[in-house]
Amino acid sequence: MSIRIAQIDKTYGRTRALEPIDLDIHDGELIGLLGPSGSGKTTLLRIVAGLEQADGGTIHFGERDVTHVHVRERRIGFVFQHYALFRHMSVFDNVAFGLHALPRAQRPSSGEIRTRVMQLLEMVKLSDFAARYPAQLSGGQQQRVALARALALKPDVLLLDEPFGALDAKVRQELRRWLRHLHEELHFTSLFVTHDQEEALELSDRVVVMSNGRVEQIATPDVLYRQPANRFVFEFLGEVNRLEGDVEDELLTCGNARVAVPEVGDGRHELLLRPHEIRLAEHANDRAHLPVTVTAIVPVGAEVRLELEADWLGEPWQAAVSHADFDRLAITRGKRLFAIPSQLHRFDTARPQTLAPSF
Amino acid sequence: MIASTLRMGRQRRVLPGFGLSLGVSLTFISLILLLPLTSLVGQLAQLSASQYWFLITDPRIVASYGVTLMAAVIAALFNAVFGLLMAWVLVRYEFPGKRLVDALMDLPFALPTAVAGVTLATLYSSSGWVGQLLEPLGISVAYTWVGIALAMAFTSIPFVVRTVQPVLEDLPAEVDEAAITLGAKDAHAFRRVILPHLWPALVTGTGLAFVRSLGEFGAVIFIAGGKPYETEITSLMIFVKLQEYDYAGASAVASIVLATSLALLLAINLWQGRFIKRLHGGRG
Repeated sequence: MSIRIAQIDKTYGRTRALEPIDLDIHDGELIGLLGPSGSGKTTLLRIVAGLEQADGGTIHFGERDVTHVHVRERRIGFVFQHYALFRHMSVFDNVAFGLHALPRAQRPSSGEIRTRVMQLLEMVKLSDFAARYPAQLSGGQQQRVALARALALKPDVLLLDEPFGALDAKVRQELRRWLRHLHEELHFTSLFVTHDQEEALELSDRVVVMSNGRVEQIATPDVLYRQPANRFVFEFLGEVNRLEGDVEDELLTCGNARVAVPEVGDGRHELLLRPHEIRLAEHANDRAHLPVTVTAIVPVGAEVRLELEADWLGEPWQAAVSHADFDRLAITRGKRLFAIPSQLHRFDTARPQTLAPSF
Repeated sequence: MIASTLRMGRQRRVLPGFGLSLGVSLTFISLILLLPLTSLVGQLAQLSASQYWFLITDPRIVASYGVTLMAAVIAALFNAVFGLLMAWVLVRYEFPGKRLVDALMDLPFALPTAVAGVTLATLYSSSGWVGQLLEPLGISVAYTWVGIALAMAFTSIPFVVRTVQPVLEDLPAEVDEAAITLGAKDAHAFRRVILPHLWPALVTGTGLAFVRSLGEFGAVIFIAGGKPYETEITSLMIFVKLQEYDYAGASAVASIVLATSLALLLAINLWQGRFIKRLHGGRG
């Protein structure tokens, strides 16, 4: 079921929690609401759920106007950050709760409920745990129970509030993949809140980046990462290195560092680049002369992460180089090298600009 | 088996002061609780079994059991409902004067019970403020079992409020919300989700209120009137026997009240332990 959010806004006392927001979610889409705390993402989710009332605007599920529909009639499934399981009920009874709560006329027979609940537990791979109590399960298992419980009534929309926020890194990874697969299988329309950019980019069909109650950008993870709409999005989505200097004749100078910046007018400018957009070399070339010293090496993962320092840098740069390059250049701590940027981004113009000169 | 127990005993504890604090606690329990109890048993020892049986089955005293039990049950049930409501209001809503109401809840503990008794008796007697209004309706409170139940309810209400309140505070609003997002009506959510959480605290609080009411003397005595077979409570019977210097008789009746109270407290504790174990996954 599609969701259409139009001009939804919310004010708490004197603080504006949400500027008027428009958002269209297609049927079967998995949308991530990403933003720092206080950005209004959870407020928006709770308004869609009906747990909070917006000051203005409308919400439609498909053709149904649900703006003034009570939570219990909205046909939503909601997953809470801290699971909110009913601790005095077994896993089975937790999942069956929504079915038992149906009015007598619509309630399935207890046999049907049993079949449906066991099917759901099978889906979340917890069939053997039906008789256990929530306190006997790990965090990851509890959140899967919460998910099965939310899906038991076949909701039109599944809403998740930081669903993996309370879990440790490894379990979070696992559950993320598992949710992705489950979504591909069942195609429920889903909206989830997260402050973890990796999680948003990995799970979502589209990501809504929010800050200060405003939507900064709505885009697929790919577009979001490659063409951030503004500086906030660019900085929020990953690590950023800064380079500030004076430009004259398309050449940026900062201390003894120089780099060619085509199409940039004269004056003081700040350019940004990601760690993986830095290449290291033994010698400077005619377009980039950026002498740096390696001060820290983290050789873990697919790439080697380096910290680079130089007199002309305010704060050290983070760089990521391949293991092959790392071995070829025989990088050790204290080694002096030259950084060669493959791309530079600038956000001080009306439209963000990516400079990709052939260095 | 014995060897391993001994070895356990010699293990060093990390928390300091075990010996001292346990020793002092046990000494105090002995002085304050066990010593008086022992003297009670000592008094009982002067009686033969048939004398004891004769004393505790005296018709006038049996009637007092009935009055006390009935009034205490009614007071406890009244407190269960009203106390739960008070705790709910104090935890879930914000309103002006909330802290004052919260403080007032402890008043029955702070007020001397005799003062409460005198106040209630004057208020509800046929010439009192409230009694005056109830009299034409054919309801008399003072000097009937209704008055006894009222006085008992007054002195024991804080037990329910103060046991339920912290448990309710610990119950996250998310759990409520989860039940409602799953389509549960308010009543269904309350009965199936909130009440089971509060149940142990509510039963404990009500149980304590009941036990307290069984032994209540000061607050009840003024409003009860003390008509034999009708409004005499058991604690009054003990008092009467003491005034007649019948220490053995007083002890015999007191032992019945004591045994009932102890049995009830023990039962509540055992039952609650089992329930709480379930919440903690059978491990705690």
